Amino acid sequence: MHSTKLGWLLLAPTLLVLFFFGVLPFIYVLYVSFHQWNPFAVNPDMVFNWAENYRRVVFDAQFLASLGVTAAFVFFAVISELILGYMLAQAFMKDFPGKAIFRTIHTLPLIMAPIIVGSIWKLMTTPSIGILPNLLDNWFGYDLNIGQSAIAAFVTTVIMDIWHWTPLVTLTLIAALVSLPPDPFEQAQIDGANKRQIFWHITLPMIRPAILATVFIRLMDALRTVDEVLMLTGGGPGSATRYVGVHIFKEVFPRTNYGYGSAISVVVLYLTIVACWLLYVGLIAPRNKKA
Amino acid sequence: MRKNRPWLYSLFWIVVSFLTLFPIYWLFVISVKPAVDLFSTPDILIKSFYWQNYIDVLNDRTLRGYMVNSLVISTGNAVLCTVLGFFACYALSRFDMGGKESIFFWTITNRMAPPAVFLLPLFLLMTQVYRIGDFSLLDTRIGMILVYCTFNLPFAIWTLRPTVDGIPKELDEAAYVDGASPWKVITEVVLPLARPGLAVTLILTWVFAWNEYLLAATLTNFNARTLTTGLSEYVTTTGTEWGIMAAISVFTLIPALIVFGLVQKHIVAGLTFGAVKG
Repeated sequence: MHSTKLGWLLLAPTLLVLFFFGVLPFIYVLYVSFHQWNPFAVNPDMVFNWAENYRRVVFDAQFLASLGVTAAFVFFAVISELILGYMLAQAFMKDFPGKAIFRTIHTLPLIMAPIIVGSIWKLMTTPSIGILPNLLDNWFGYDLNIGQSAIAAFVTTVIMDIWHWTPLVTLTLIAALVSLPPDPFEQAQIDGANKRQIFWHITLPMIRPAILATVFIRLMDALRTVDEVLMLTGGGPGSATRYVGVHIFKEVFPRTNYGYGSAISVVVLYLTIVACWLLYVGLIAPRNKKA
Repeated sequence: MRKNRPWLYSLFWIVVSFLTLFPIYWLFVISVKPAVDLFSTPDILIKSFYWQNYIDVLNDRTLRGYMVNSLVISTGNAVLCTVLGFFACYALSRFDMGGKESIFFWTITNRMAPPAVFLLPLFLLMTQVYRIGDFSLLDTRIGMILVYCTFNLPFAIWTLRPTVDGIPKELDEAAYVDGASPWKVITEVVLPLARPGLAVTLILTWVFAWNEYLLAATLTNFNARTLTTGLSEYVTTTGTEWGIMAAISVFTLIPALIVFGLVQKHIVAGLTFGAVKG
């Protein structure tokens, strides 16, 4: 009836835009990463230098440290969000007054720009302006200063992430819980199973797919956290919250050492792909095989 | 066991809602405080409304320019992504093209890459390669509109695909039998039916573009700077104008809140890329 030519024609603009702004940048950066290139140095020309940039990346202590804090941040944030989100989802399964309004309020942080979330938490935690340092000082005599204490800054970024993204976990798990058939639960109660047994042997296996998918999405998102941390701590104090994206933004990008910056970009992309693949193979694929 | 004390759950959710809303409320508190009152003991309640911060923001020519840039870039990008995404979905849905499912998944992977990794490559390409004479895409609105396609176009394709797939093919075929041209079929048969899906896509891509910071901060200098970058300019090591910063944040937040009212039900599905039904 009509040829596939028209189909390709309709698809062409999309493919072109994604090629020029999604694919070509990486081919180009891969090329640059094998060169010594600093336009503002004594020798501004591009000089091929084999894998010298990559050798430097592997021994770059700052870069390795940023990978470490990123891993810690992602771990604590995602675990907390999962536990909290599950508890909140369960608390949502009963009928109670005002349910719809509470759900709406709970969804609110999801639509907010990460940079605004960073700005909000900066206003919450800056000493003498924020309410948190004031309350913590009055109640516990604790001096919260995220500009000086590395651990306080780290924990605050994790709490900020929890505040921003737990609702996503809650809402996806609510969707999973709602769709569960009631029969197994009734049967288990008749058989005299207690709450803990029901959770471990019935609820958890049944919502496992939803949990895995949510963890996957949250991990991928947490790995790319930049804006809000940049706003809140700027990666400091020292390099306590210099997560990998923040590192690229603060260190690699402003320096005009393009060859080295390119090598770091390539390595981070590669690590993200590997993390993504490992997660997929480890979490998602076995479940598909069983099903 | 299941029926007792529903109000206890309400009470629990009141606490959760308070924790959710308080930081946003605090932003507003700071935005209506004069600078001199900021460093006294923080009051939880608002005693008087001081609107000067908002007036200062609106009177600032630079910030007004940023607002216009933000509006133009997010609107341009949302329209472009929705239109291209719609065409792409129509192609993927109605034509037997070899490898079209691979193409579909390839478009999605474009969104998976961390944006920080794009910074240097895009900067280098836009300054070194994508240029005609003196005109480079760096620091232009059209440049930003195109750059934002890297994350919004895959999103548009992903969200529109079920909509277009759901429109019966028989309708197209009937129109073709009546002698309509492909263009007429797309614009007059399929488009009206896809309208709800298109609206949601348009709104969500708009807000993603409006919220973007990282790419705007590195790929613009002055001409195409957006409101989110304006916000970060107010945080300096020497001294931050907290009231102004809060007021800009509120201005940046308002459109997102309106959008929230419009498409609240679709936000979760949008953020999880449809992997989990929300």
